[in-house]
Amino acid sequence: MLDYLNIIFLETYKILFLLVPVLVSVAMIVWLDRRVWAFVQKRRGPNVVGPFGLFQSLADALKYLFKEIIIPASANKIIFILAPVITMTLALIGWAVIPFGENFVIADINVGILYLFAISSLSVYGIIMGGWASNSKYPFLGSIRSAAQMVSYEVSIGVIIINVLLCVGSLNLKDIVLAQENMWFVIPLFPMFVIFFISALAETNRPPFDLPEAEAELVAGYQTEYSGMMYAMFWLGEYANILLMCALGSILFLGGWLAPIEIFPFNFIPDFIWLIFKILFLFILFAIVKAIVPRYRYDQLMKLGWKIFLPMSLIWVVITASYLFYFNLLPGN
Amino acid sequence: MLAHTLFFYIFSFIAISSAIMVTASKNTVHSVLFLILDFITISCLFIMIGAEFLGMIMLIVYVGAVAVLFLFVVMMLNVAQQKKEWFSSNDSSKHIPVGVLISIIIFFELTVVIGGWRYKPDIVSSMSLPLNTDITNTHSIGKILYTDYIHLFQLSGMILLVAMIGAIVLTFRERSGLKRQSYFAQISRERSDSVELIDVPSKKGVDIDD
Repeated sequence: MLDYLNIIFLETYKILFLLVPVLVSVAMIVWLDRRVWAFVQKRRGPNVVGPFGLFQSLADALKYLFKEIIIPASANKIIFILAPVITMTLALIGWAVIPFGENFVIADINVGILYLFAISSLSVYGIIMGGWASNSKYPFLGSIRSAAQMVSYEVSIGVIIINVLLCVGSLNLKDIVLAQENMWFVIPLFPMFVIFFISALAETNRPPFDLPEAEAELVAGYQTEYSGMMYAMFWLGEYANILLMCALGSILFLGGWLAPIEIFPFNFIPDFIWLIFKILFLFILFAIVKAIVPRYRYDQLMKLGWKIFLPMSLIWVVITASYLFYFNLLPGN
Repeated sequence: MLAHTLFFYIFSFIAISSAIMVTASKNTVHSVLFLILDFITISCLFIMIGAEFLGMIMLIVYVGAVAVLFLFVVMMLNVAQQKKEWFSSNDSSKHIPVGVLISIIIFFELTVVIGGWRYKPDIVSSMSLPLNTDITNTHSIGKILYTDYIHLFQLSGMILLVAMIGAIVLTFRERSGLKRQSYFAQISRERSDSVELIDVPSKKGVDIDD
């Protein structure tokens, strides 16, 4: 019995050790997002609360905490409350399999990449449930758009993951990183990296694909009826999801925790710092894209997903597989 | 082992009770959400017996794609109202014999399967599946699926392809008067073929219809 308690305490400690930094960095990343966005547009951005406006997110969180939570009279109460909870939970449990170093991971499972893929495909439920339970037209339209968009872009992300898996020969995230010791996959699979990046934008409902919450058409999409802490949970879940996608991108293509070159000043920096650098790099790209690209129209979005990205990534699977087979480079041979 | 048994019973309880709730709940959207809960618990059970690949594929395919479509259809059609009318009218009695027949067939099949498992324990060892515990189950599924069962695998792929094409053909309808965007035409437009300078004669105007 004591063994069980020990295991439970140890695991809880590990989970807290991961989750608290993730939550804090989600708050910081919101600030970073707004700052980068402002700098691209030659504005100042949030700079009043604390040094460089660093505590802006904390102030926002406090504001949300003390606001009243309004539940519409005709809403389906249980599902209405469950929706932000599910979004938040799904965005956080994905972090369990992210390896921050060779032995720095909570759950080192064999099918890690499938787990991440499953979690990201589940996150559509928070949005659909929120939109439906609000029982009003704008949220419902927003949630339908979002579901169609996420399901479409998941397909191309899945095919891109197959490309990487062909080169690795394992579904374990650690093996995927270790397979990039000689060369990061971003070099041989560069077109796939670009498509992955754009699909990740669509999967996380970021601009230019933020149609589910297009302010000009749908007020705020599926979040229209939410207020106070429940809105904040949607918002935190969204940013945690973006960070998770950035982490997935850096593990699949940018060599995870590996240093770019194995020489002194680079390999002196600890592993997890490298992963954080890569996540931040991808996130700053996300933020820059938000500032410089106008929103897509809905039919253009669908056309891009199904008629351009899916065929391109499928063709690339054939090319990768043929190359590996012809030169006898298939892993496991 | 204790924790394992405990978790098994927790998951089985959730799975069975949510399966009951799928049929029992009045609101159809709730039914679909219970169905999703059922899928998730079943995939947890798969993971518990070590079939992690199956569990994850179950999550991705059923919960991530199929159930989303279910939810869509149920939300769009006002099923709750139809169900109410259906139960109050006399039509429902016509469907009961068919339902009973299907339930009896499923019950019979389940009896055969479970009975075979229970009373003929050597049925597992008589199956010629090579159980290799050294490699992960993703590898072993791949090794069997793409060698021994490649023809069946491709056949099922063909069936799915035909079903997909059939669905597209059935729902496709040509709409006239639709303006489609052509990126190529848009980008290759030149100033010379899109801007025209016309001298307008005073008090006469020009005919701009073309």
